[in-house]
Amino acid sequence: MSISEKDVVRVAHLARIRVAPDELGRYQAGLSDILALVAQMQDCDTDGVEPMAHPQDIALRLREDTVTEADQRSSLQQGAPQVENGLYLVPRVIE
Amino acid sequence: MVAWETVIGLEVHAQLMTRSKIFSGASTAYGAEANTQACAVDIGLPGVLPVMNRQAALMAARFGLAVGGSVNPVSVFARKNYFYPDLPKGYQISQYEIPVVSGGSLEIHTAAGDKTIRLTRAHLEEDAGKSLHEDFHGMTGIDLNRAGTPLLEIVSEPDLRSPAEAVTYLRKLHSLVRTLEICDGNMQEGSFRCDANISIRPQGETTLGTRTELKNINSFRFVERALHHEIARQITVLEDGGEVVQETRLYDPDRDLTRSMRSKEEAHDYRYFPDPDLPPLVIDAHDLEVLRNELPELPDARLARFIADYRLSMDDALQLNSQKEIADYYEETVSCANDETRLTANWVTGELMSWLNRSDIAITDSPVTPAMLGQLVCRIQDQTISGKIAKEVFEAMWASEGDVDSIITARGLTQITDTGAIEQTVSEVIARFPDQVAQVRAGEDKVIGFLVGQVMKATSGKANPQAVNEILKRQLLG
Repeated sequence: MSISEKDVVRVAHLARIRVAPDELGRYQAGLSDILALVAQMQDCDTDGVEPMAHPQDIALRLREDTVTEADQRSSLQQGAPQVENGLYLVPRVIE
Repeated sequence: MVAWETVIGLEVHAQLMTRSKIFSGASTAYGAEANTQACAVDIGLPGVLPVMNRQAALMAARFGLAVGGSVNPVSVFARKNYFYPDLPKGYQISQYEIPVVSGGSLEIHTAAGDKTIRLTRAHLEEDAGKSLHEDFHGMTGIDLNRAGTPLLEIVSEPDLRSPAEAVTYLRKLHSLVRTLEICDGNMQEGSFRCDANISIRPQGETTLGTRTELKNINSFRFVERALHHEIARQITVLEDGGEVVQETRLYDPDRDLTRSMRSKEEAHDYRYFPDPDLPPLVIDAHDLEVLRNELPELPDARLARFIADYRLSMDDALQLNSQKEIADYYEETVSCANDETRLTANWVTGELMSWLNRSDIAITDSPVTPAMLGQLVCRIQDQTISGKIAKEVFEAMWASEGDVDSIITARGLTQITDTGAIEQTVSEVIARFPDQVAQVRAGEDKVIGFLVGQVMKATSGKANPQAVNEILKRQLLG
């Protein structure tokens, strides 16, 4: 299985990654190689094998429902490009 | 002219009433100053890891047990990828292939009888933050306090056939999650939100038509109106020879219409995959057994008990059970009302509800408490006051003039049951209205009502109407 340049453009857009036109060919080839490896793995007979959702055979650890995080707004917002009235400001999104 | 059938499925997002978030120890309390309850995990700083809240898992399982679904012993968290500024990680942690609850159902009472609405699933996920589009010099403000609040998304099968059924289902679900104490159900604060999938098809057709998804319908009233609008729109499109386009539409309650949200179309490629940060959620048989034993009386069981034990009609029982708080209020009142179950039901569904609605007050804030209303019912039952006078007493209690007995005494409202006093007034009325007396004696029974009215008037409504009737008849016709 291989993917087209159009697929690369679409995937890049969904991931918000800017790919220059002259790089498309390289990504197309690389991603196709990865899919070829997946196809090779899919040849394995996995009938009767329980699918795994996580590489380690462990259960999720749970914590008690208590509030342990105090307000850290002022320190966390030091890393933000722009804040106002306690809000993070971002370029306008129109719905 | 084709008859159209409506097909509706609902997705409800119920905020779980945990103290802390689903994957962090930040508070979930509503209404805090912006971003003061958004910690490093909630704002998606690099290097942080989610740690799951046990209570959120148990609440989801409690829901699963209550709807007769299967609580999956192992369920899996997945990343739902999309870009939006109020989702700082670039993905929402949700459940996809294996949700915490599969199946289950809810019974609803409709005009056409009882109906089972099947549930597809209920899954755990985190809420996003809020975008504020007011003007910040052309920028958008982001408040991440809500980010990471635990949600249970409850998905129904497309079993609903009208907006009215959809609302009935929603109310039932609302009452259930509140009874289970897993969600506060506050729709204004967004704790209980609904999206609807709607399609129409010619009556008798078995395949589903193309559906649209309606978002942003956050009150019971809007749900019904929004659905009616969308159904009418789809019928117009199809009858004009057009095709319904699968899309997400937004209900605008101010303008009372739905409009397309085209911007979201491309975002539908969510590229789900299991979240590598979170191993599978395991809920073992022992946890489930404990939860099962702790389940409270569920709304259906309570409804049945109201009918069986209190000998109420289905209508009264349904009205009293429309909200957990109303049912609680009723039961508390009955316990103070000498077991006058039906009279109490009349007062709760009648006078009390109408005063609450008129004043827009929640039943838990009623100035007339269950103890006060119970005492009022007792005074009607022991004939201290008539039902009519009781309304006056109720109004006085509503205005905080005191309890039942002090109001009756202060206003001199005690019913006159002393037959001597009533005999006296009846004689006076007979003497005053000879014409009407003659009519009654000539067989015009209806006129007796006029004379009863005159006696009641002369006693300021305090005479026992039954006694007045008997004495009048005896004196006139005796």
